[in-house]
Amino acid sequence: MKKVKVFITLKESVLDPQGQAVMQSLHNMDYKAVKDVRIGKYIELQMEDSADVAEQVDTICDQLLANTVIENYRYEVEEEVHS
Amino acid sequence: MKTAVIVFPGSNCDQDMYYAIKDGLDEEVDYVWHAETSLDGYDAIMIPGGFSYGDYLRSGAIARFAGIMPAVIKAAKEGKPVLGVCNGFQILLEAGLLPGAMLKNKHLKFICETVNLQVKNNDTQFTKLYNQDEVIRIPIAHGEGNYFCDDETLKELQENNRIVFTYSGENPNGSRADIAGIINEAGNVLGMMPHPERAADALLGSDDGLRLFQSILNHWRESTHAAYTS
Repeated sequence: MKKVKVFITLKESVLDPQGQAVMQSLHNMDYKAVKDVRIGKYIELQMEDSADVAEQVDTICDQLLANTVIENYRYEVEEEVHS
Repeated sequence: MKTAVIVFPGSNCDQDMYYAIKDGLDEEVDYVWHAETSLDGYDAIMIPGGFSYGDYLRSGAIARFAGIMPAVIKAAKEGKPVLGVCNGFQILLEAGLLPGAMLKNKHLKFICETVNLQVKNNDTQFTKLYNQDEVIRIPIAHGEGNYFCDDETLKELQENNRIVFTYSGENPNGSRADIAGIINEAGNVLGMMPHPERAADALLGSDDGLRLFQSILNHWRESTHAAYTS
């Protein structure tokens, strides 16, 4: 089994009102060092081993997990360790 | 005119839409459950508002892969009128029948109020009964109605007169170019955030939305009449 960690973020050109609200709150808490906040999504997939896992994940992200009009995605494929 | 109102788990404006067609137009209308796979025999398709699949992942993202969607896409390609309102608009965007995407409202609030809309293009089968640039009163009710598209798409929409409705006065959600509703290139798929079905009877505070449904019916009558006589 593979564990796939998918990170979905808003494109740079897209404003993130949620991130802006969180940044405002951090500033109110006096964390002035924070210069920007962008909020994204983290999704974990457990997938069967196969030669084309990466290809499958690309398709899955393009079709459903991310909306590529406004979002970018990247992912990491890890060997699932069974304890 | 026989109309289908698509019902997803979480749709909540389906009955208003049904009522607008049945009592507002006095025309035949059915609910069609999302798991169905055919829309044969229907002349118009309505995708109502609500929170299909709890808005999980993104609004409309999961509904876009429902069993009925290939039939909706087929109907759209065949030139049948397809109207998506609110969550219905979001589903049409996710399905790629209309360009762009929705972001959370600029001020992050869910907004439920009646707004002024300007009819920017009355030369469509959905808006024939409005005057060009007429301002109408239609309610909005959404948390993610902040329409976004890239510069190229916006230019394309503007140059081809595909922006059908804009917010008049204050823009409630931060949408690009004050966009409230857009149409596809062929002119038979309209997506809009405001709810015409909630303004289809004077008892509801406004009947400005009824003319949208009447426009669809008129266009359908004209086109079927033309088909019979040609």
